[in-house]
Amino acid sequence: MELELRGITKQFPGVLANDDVSLTARSGKVLALIGENGAGKSTLMNVLSGLYRPDGGEIVIDGQVQSFKDPGDAIKAGIGMVHQHFMLVPVFTVWENVVLGVEPVSGPGIMNRKEAASEVREISERYGLAVDPDALVEDLPVGIQQRVEIIKVLLRGAKILVFDEPTAVLTPQEVEEFFGIVAELKGRGATIIFITHKLKEALAIADDITVLRGGKVAGHADPATATPELLASMMVGRDIDLVVNKEAATPGETVLQLSGVTMLDDYGRALLDDVNLEVHAGEIVGVAGIQGNGQTELVEAITGLLPIASGRIDMQGTDITRFTPRRRHEAGIAHVPEDRNHMGMVESFTVSENLILDSYYGAPYSRRGLLDGTAIREFAHALVAVYDVRPPHIENTGGALSGGNAQKMIVAREFSREAPLVLCAQPTRGIDVGSIEYIHEQIVRKRNEGKAILIVSTELDEIFALSDRILVMYDGKIVAERQASETTPLEIGLFMAGKAA
Amino acid sequence: MSETYEKPPTESYEVTGRRTKELTRGQIKKARITGIVMLLLSAFVVVVFIPNVSGVATFGLSTVDDTIQLSALVVPVTASLWVLAMVLGFLGASQFVRGFQRKSTLILGISFGVFVMAMMVWATAGQEFSLISMLVATVARCTPIALGALSGILCERSGVVNIGIEGMLLGGAFTGVVMGSLLGGWVGLLAATLTGGVLALLLAVLAVNFRVDQIIIGVVINILVLGLTSFLTSQVLVKSPELNDAPIFPAIKIPVLADIPIIGPMFFNQTVIVYGMYVLVGSVTYLLFRTRWGLRTRAVGENPKAADSLGVSVAKVRYLAVIYGGMVGGFAGAWFTLGTVGRFDEGLTGGRGFIGLAAMIFGAWNPIGAFGAALIFGFSESLEEKFALLDTPIPTEFLAMAPYLVTIVVVAGLVGRARPPAADGVPYEKE
Repeated sequence: MELELRGITKQFPGVLANDDVSLTARSGKVLALIGENGAGKSTLMNVLSGLYRPDGGEIVIDGQVQSFKDPGDAIKAGIGMVHQHFMLVPVFTVWENVVLGVEPVSGPGIMNRKEAASEVREISERYGLAVDPDALVEDLPVGIQQRVEIIKVLLRGAKILVFDEPTAVLTPQEVEEFFGIVAELKGRGATIIFITHKLKEALAIADDITVLRGGKVAGHADPATATPELLASMMVGRDIDLVVNKEAATPGETVLQLSGVTMLDDYGRALLDDVNLEVHAGEIVGVAGIQGNGQTELVEAITGLLPIASGRIDMQGTDITRFTPRRRHEAGIAHVPEDRNHMGMVESFTVSENLILDSYYGAPYSRRGLLDGTAIREFAHALVAVYDVRPPHIENTGGALSGGNAQKMIVAREFSREAPLVLCAQPTRGIDVGSIEYIHEQIVRKRNEGKAILIVSTELDEIFALSDRILVMYDGKIVAERQASETTPLEIGLFMAGKAA
Repeated sequence: MSETYEKPPTESYEVTGRRTKELTRGQIKKARITGIVMLLLSAFVVVVFIPNVSGVATFGLSTVDDTIQLSALVVPVTASLWVLAMVLGFLGASQFVRGFQRKSTLILGISFGVFVMAMMVWATAGQEFSLISMLVATVARCTPIALGALSGILCERSGVVNIGIEGMLLGGAFTGVVMGSLLGGWVGLLAATLTGGVLALLLAVLAVNFRVDQIIIGVVINILVLGLTSFLTSQVLVKSPELNDAPIFPAIKIPVLADIPIIGPMFFNQTVIVYGMYVLVGSVTYLLFRTRWGLRTRAVGENPKAADSLGVSVAKVRYLAVIYGGMVGGFAGAWFTLGTVGRFDEGLTGGRGFIGLAAMIFGAWNPIGAFGAALIFGFSESLEEKFALLDTPIPTEFLAMAPYLVTIVVVAGLVGRARPPAADGVPYEKE
């Protein structure tokens, strides 16, 4: 089926999320839709899936103008969405998730489990998606969960499949498999829309590329001739340097040392399993791994936010294992947390309040229990200027900032403290290319100043762009350690999937 | 590093994380504490119970009209108390030393049971205690709690927290007695059920359409119904006592089943409301886990966005579940008037709605589990009632506290971490 969007416009209070967007997705072809966060990709897809109604423009399928009142209409028209955040019920089985809404029944309303399971099995075999219909979704790896999503839309007879950032949570190997699935679907005549901000993937898999910027179509590109740099500049509207420039590291003394750190969950399962690592002054250590393999727990063990069951953490020769989070912070740990909006800042606080969140209790920001507004404002003005937080209004709330600027604000707070150890968890997740470029520069600057830096990222590109040394976490363990110059993304990807090379 | 890599096997599902043999510091601490509690209970039996009693305790096991008469159970008090104290001491010491790990919750529960047995033997020393009538009362008293829990389960499985069960019970009890007095018990039962439904409709409108905080709505329902029924009682029922005199449903013997010793009189010689509870526990379990309606309801309670994206109407599912839940709550309310005394008094539900919520949590949002939990609460209520009749030195005020004490112990200590529906209490908002 051929899908055409003609002049789609969607207005939200204060934002024109889609402005006269037109594009065509051809039958049996893959259209990559790329753009930064906030470029209007998600809005456009929500319009397409019937969640939003456009204020203008029309959706045309095979020459027929469509009007979707709710997601059910879009499904009937043959559109299937595979959302970035899977729309699955974790405590349900695969078949329960798949048949939800279209349950086969025998008798009045009584589910026919056998038929449901066999429908799922049939589709998963037809498209080469090996999935056990009776498995509980929460027990499945992310790559398999994604297949459940795909089976869901196929069962509903989708001919136009929309994938929203499908590779964000996958290992490089799972990405390969996913591309295989896409090829299979394509071969069967499906129309595929692939939303991404990963330019290399768009170039690898797409037949057509449409770039969105600021809610408008910024242009179309031919994957045969386009380069990542060209696409990036179309996305951002200016030239972008995708490579982080840095000299070779000159590691100094050990700043952070973890010895045999083990953390257990409430049920006695190991979240961190005998983790040993060192971070030296003047080097960037990158921790690679698929989300949920203990990276969050690693950072929270170091910062003292979660208790460890055994092991020891030393910082510059001092045993900090039993230090409270505040004492660790004062001992010189800067922490850019992975969850920007919930751990990094208080969204309803002003920018200046957010900038002193970690130091409000002492001089010069407070005296005898009272905050010193003048000192705080001076500090905030200075930081906002130095770290290029836009707009530079310190009385705005943190929540009003864009993702990239909120992250710059958090980086400003943490980096301005001259802490000898800097932990950055997912430092550039979900932010614009310009801010990524800026934050990467700041991280490298910190390293050059002789700070010890530990980066946790699920983006392998980011790990390789920044790290001097790479650790791979899998199932709570450090399964590999490599000098960045001596390894490849493929090798690291295998470790991430739990396979020894 | 080879050039090609093997495709990861797709059919194997590796579950991340694994169970370790060692206990965490927290688990060891918990084992120690529960062990100490059990040892203290044992010491309590030895120090307080044993020195003060002697002779035999007689427990009646059959009522006069039972077909098969069991002779009363006669136990020597001192000897049996020593045995029970030793069992407690042994369990406590083992728990303290090595811990029962996964089973320690169960062991703690058993210990409480043993302690209760010791208490019963001690209190009955030299007297006669009708164990059977206490067990019959256990099932009767578990009924409104189990139904209250069922009401909560229906609402919360769809993602709407229902704190207003107490109000629904009270409302049902009131309209039940008034309509029962005017038009007979069956009409009263119907009116009670509808009252619960109407109150639930209020909850649904405020929670689903207006996205008001669901805890607040529940509290409002409770206070509103308490005030309204108290007002109507003093203004209407006191002046027209004929409106507060409903027929009581008689106990109905189920043939054959009722003749089984102990079990028979307990479960199969009860009123229609109790039988209604059995049917509801069974049918709600079936509906929730075997039907299309149940799948959709549970999906909405776990991940409403997923359900919505598949064309399931979150609002419709929640409305239905909440209204059904309210109707069960109203039906439960009828137990207090039409099922027992036939008259209404201010606040006569006495917090059973909240105990029902505790039973829901204890039963992990599963009807059968909640029924089991309700039996425990019903037992503690009926024990309190029967003990008050025995000549024991325990003050009755203390005994009256017992069911609530049990609630606290059960919810805080034994439940651990039951997993509520993921979207429980979260209003659904389309982006």
